[in-house]
Amino acid sequence: MHRDGDRYKTFSRRSIILFGGKIFLLSGLAGRMYYLQVVEGEKYKTLADENRISLKLLAPKRGRILDRFGRPMAVNQQNYRVLLVPENTSDIDFSMAQLGKIIPINTHDVQRAKREIKRRRRFLPIILRENMAWNDVARIEVNAAEMPGITIDVGESRFYPNGTEAASVLGYVSGVSEKDLTGDPLLELPGFRIGKAGMEKVHDLALRGKSGTSQVEVNAFGRQIREMERREGLPGAETWLTIDMELQKFVATRLGNEAASAVVMDVHTGEVLSLVSTPSFDPNIFNRGLSRSEWKELASNPRTPLNNKAIAGQYAPGSTFKMVVALAALEKGIVTPKTRHFCSGEIELGDSTFHCWKKRGHGSMDLVSAITQSCDVYFYEIAKRTGIDRISAMARRLGLGQILDIELSGERKGLMPTRAWKKKVKRVSWQQGETLLAGIGQGFILTTPLQLAVMTSRLVNGGKAVTPHLTRQIVPYNAADPTAPDIPEFKTIGIHPPHLDLIKKAMAAVSNSPYGTAYRSRIKEPGFQLGGKTGTVQVRRITKAERETGVKKNKDLEWRERDHALFVGYAPIKSPRYAISVVVEHGGGSSTAAPIAKDILLEVQRRDPSRGQAKAKAAERRNAPATKQVKKG
Amino acid sequence: MAISPFQQSDMSIGQRLWQINWSFVLLLGITASVGFGMLYSAANGSFDPWASRQMIRFTAGIFIMLVVAVIDIHVWLRYAYAFYVVSLALLIVVEFGGSIGMGAQRWIDLGVFTIQPSELMKISIILLLARYFYASRLEDVSRISHVFVPLILLAIPAFLVLRQPDLGTTILLVATGVVMLFLAGVRVWVFVAGAVATIAAVVPLWKFVLLDYQKQRLLMFIDPEKDPLGAGYHILQSKIALGSGGMFGKGFLEGSQSHLSFLPEKQTDFIFTMLAEEFGLVGGMALIGLYLLLLIYAFAISLRCRSQFGRLVGMGVSTSFFLNVFVNIAMVMGVVPVVGMPLPLISYGGTAMLSLMFSFGLLLCVYVHRDVQIGPGAADGN
Repeated sequence: MHRDGDRYKTFSRRSIILFGGKIFLLSGLAGRMYYLQVVEGEKYKTLADENRISLKLLAPKRGRILDRFGRPMAVNQQNYRVLLVPENTSDIDFSMAQLGKIIPINTHDVQRAKREIKRRRRFLPIILRENMAWNDVARIEVNAAEMPGITIDVGESRFYPNGTEAASVLGYVSGVSEKDLTGDPLLELPGFRIGKAGMEKVHDLALRGKSGTSQVEVNAFGRQIREMERREGLPGAETWLTIDMELQKFVATRLGNEAASAVVMDVHTGEVLSLVSTPSFDPNIFNRGLSRSEWKELASNPRTPLNNKAIAGQYAPGSTFKMVVALAALEKGIVTPKTRHFCSGEIELGDSTFHCWKKRGHGSMDLVSAITQSCDVYFYEIAKRTGIDRISAMARRLGLGQILDIELSGERKGLMPTRAWKKKVKRVSWQQGETLLAGIGQGFILTTPLQLAVMTSRLVNGGKAVTPHLTRQIVPYNAADPTAPDIPEFKTIGIHPPHLDLIKKAMAAVSNSPYGTAYRSRIKEPGFQLGGKTGTVQVRRITKAERETGVKKNKDLEWRERDHALFVGYAPIKSPRYAISVVVEHGGGSSTAAPIAKDILLEVQRRDPSRGQAKAKAAERRNAPATKQVKKG
Repeated sequence: MAISPFQQSDMSIGQRLWQINWSFVLLLGITASVGFGMLYSAANGSFDPWASRQMIRFTAGIFIMLVVAVIDIHVWLRYAYAFYVVSLALLIVVEFGGSIGMGAQRWIDLGVFTIQPSELMKISIILLLARYFYASRLEDVSRISHVFVPLILLAIPAFLVLRQPDLGTTILLVATGVVMLFLAGVRVWVFVAGAVATIAAVVPLWKFVLLDYQKQRLLMFIDPEKDPLGAGYHILQSKIALGSGGMFGKGFLEGSQSHLSFLPEKQTDFIFTMLAEEFGLVGGMALIGLYLLLLIYAFAISLRCRSQFGRLVGMGVSTSFFLNVFVNIAMVMGVVPVVGMPLPLISYGGTAMLSLMFSFGLLLCVYVHRDVQIGPGAADGN
């Protein structure tokens, strides 16, 4: 016992030290706990709430797009979808096989669904099929008991009731891609669509609306436990366009399957009533998602359905450019209305011979008759004297060779050559022969159908620098119907009015004088008559040998080698209101474009709400369609 | 009941049961009940699957504890080395044949149930060191040669457990062993020298021998918070849960962090967090208070004991228990790295509960035999 004494003393002393250490450490824990729970408690409470509450975005309804009279062009449609919730079925294959007995599901869809199931949490639904027909939906609902995990859900998807006819204006919506992400969380919602082209893209932000929010309690795996608060979003604004959908349809039908485009606009306001490029595509397929073969077909079609030819197609204007040359010459004083030149069918310049489209020649021509009969020699002559720089400058004042800022993206500039341009870009001097070619709208010059329509508008609206637009008004959700917007005031382009009158007179004669190149495509109904100018653009070189043996007829040529057909026009002759440009690629000459333009100009006047319907109907009856056309340039 | 101190070894089973410190047992019951409540909450208000099974295990544990407590203390003394050898053998078996659980080899599957040799080793090491030093005089202990053997015997299992890898248990083993050496009377300078030697070995190793990626892996092992998507996420969520509990907590079954599964392993390692989230600072302090009471009991039992063997066993058990409690709570508060250690009496888990009750059995055995004197040679059957 005594021997144990020292040992016991050491043990006791050290035990007490140890026990003190333990108490010290436990106190440390208590202090730490106090710090976390009381001192920093609020901070952690906030963090816990942030964990627990997840803010879910509710996609707003996309705003509709309407035509000028409020007819729907892009709407939202109920979209019935078949969903599979993996955790609700014990056998996914069985459920899908059961579903396959009711609606066809291909193996591709099954594999895609299975891949998604592996990737995602089992309580999240997988979309099996979208855009279901109502009777299929009903059949699935009835048999739901035999298909565990399969449910139907109603979403909204964009629908374009007019299909291909308005695609060149509307564009389309499609899924959000990586590069579209701007940090707006709305874009990251599954299935969210944004405008990818056309008006859908231009007004995307306005159409999109404001997202609603739903506060849901979630667990650590993201499963929703319950909804705590819901705030509905604001649907997107309704966008009213200047397009007249009925006219748009008429134009699209009239252009048919040609690789063609047409622009109809109001010469005073710049409102574009119709803008059509054919062939087109169905924007609905972009929304649902294109298959590889569909895309290939669209992209490789030689008539380029994805290219909006009205704004992005660049063509030599051909004879439709003669008004520009005439105005430039008049302004410079090179010609007067009385100036005459003799057309022998060709003109010599150095070693080259420049031919008139009329091999025999037109004889003695003044300015008006040269436009009326589209005499090439007359314009070779006055272009040579006016010079390319003055012609180009006049063309720019009339809206050619520049971006006109119509709201659509993809608009092309065209080309108005000058001496300086050629020196800079081609590194060679301008040749006088090139000025001659420019005189008949060929050579380097490139214009778009939109520019040609604007040019025509400026020629006939009293020389105002009208610019085209497509949006009439953007009306926020729940606002009143739009009133007609103010007509914008356009500046003058500074052309001497008598010169413009002369040009108008000549253009009227093109369609209404028996000598006119478009006489067969005239409107006979008084008050509805049109004025215009034909144009034919060669896309191949005519060799000297061919010229001697006789130029091949267009119908004997390959489609790709045929001439482009152009027509610009306006109506009515007295107080012009509408301008039009029509370009038919490889249409074989203006004889293809002019009757189209005539029909459209008649239609747009008939549809003018300021005119009586009865009068228009009478016009339609009397105005029998032209059956035979003569090729003129 | 008047039993002469010298007769205690001859007590009947009934007398020994009478001698058990029943208030300590009651305290254990209360603490374990807190655990049942938390497991009930962890299962979103259900006894299934955890609380009910934990009750059965605790009952079994109580039984084992009482059996251990009434066995003659001389038996534990006599078979201390054998116990160690068996535990060590099992550890080696685990090293080569243990099934993989939670990414580490820790278990032996015996078909009916699984055992965790490292848990057994925690008890064995206490018995081993108490056995080794029970008859040592202070003069013996102060000789460095006398300390050499127990250090080797401690190092072998520590190394094996570290290889599993189970850093938490390794530290616990080593710390318990060092504390027992300290209590046995090993000179203070030995500990100081040991500490200096450890640092002297680690620093150059770190600076000159280990490559960067090896250091990285070691740091990851020691401090998982450096891995923000793995264990770092867990510890952050644990701190959020704990802190958001505030003074009085969110209420029973109302802990959003726990019930919405943000809190990992809420029924095992992070159960203290859940308690603190639902019952706040008050609840957490109450549990720490219960632990403190248990520690005071163990401390008093150890000091009251007349035999050095009993004293060493008692303090060994209480230290091991304390370390378990401290490391777990410090871990969920983000004070020490996450090493994977359950909270004694509260966390769900069979092996930990049974081995803990076994060690409390030893503590009670010490109490029952508090007046028995164990002389030198007692281990050999005297």
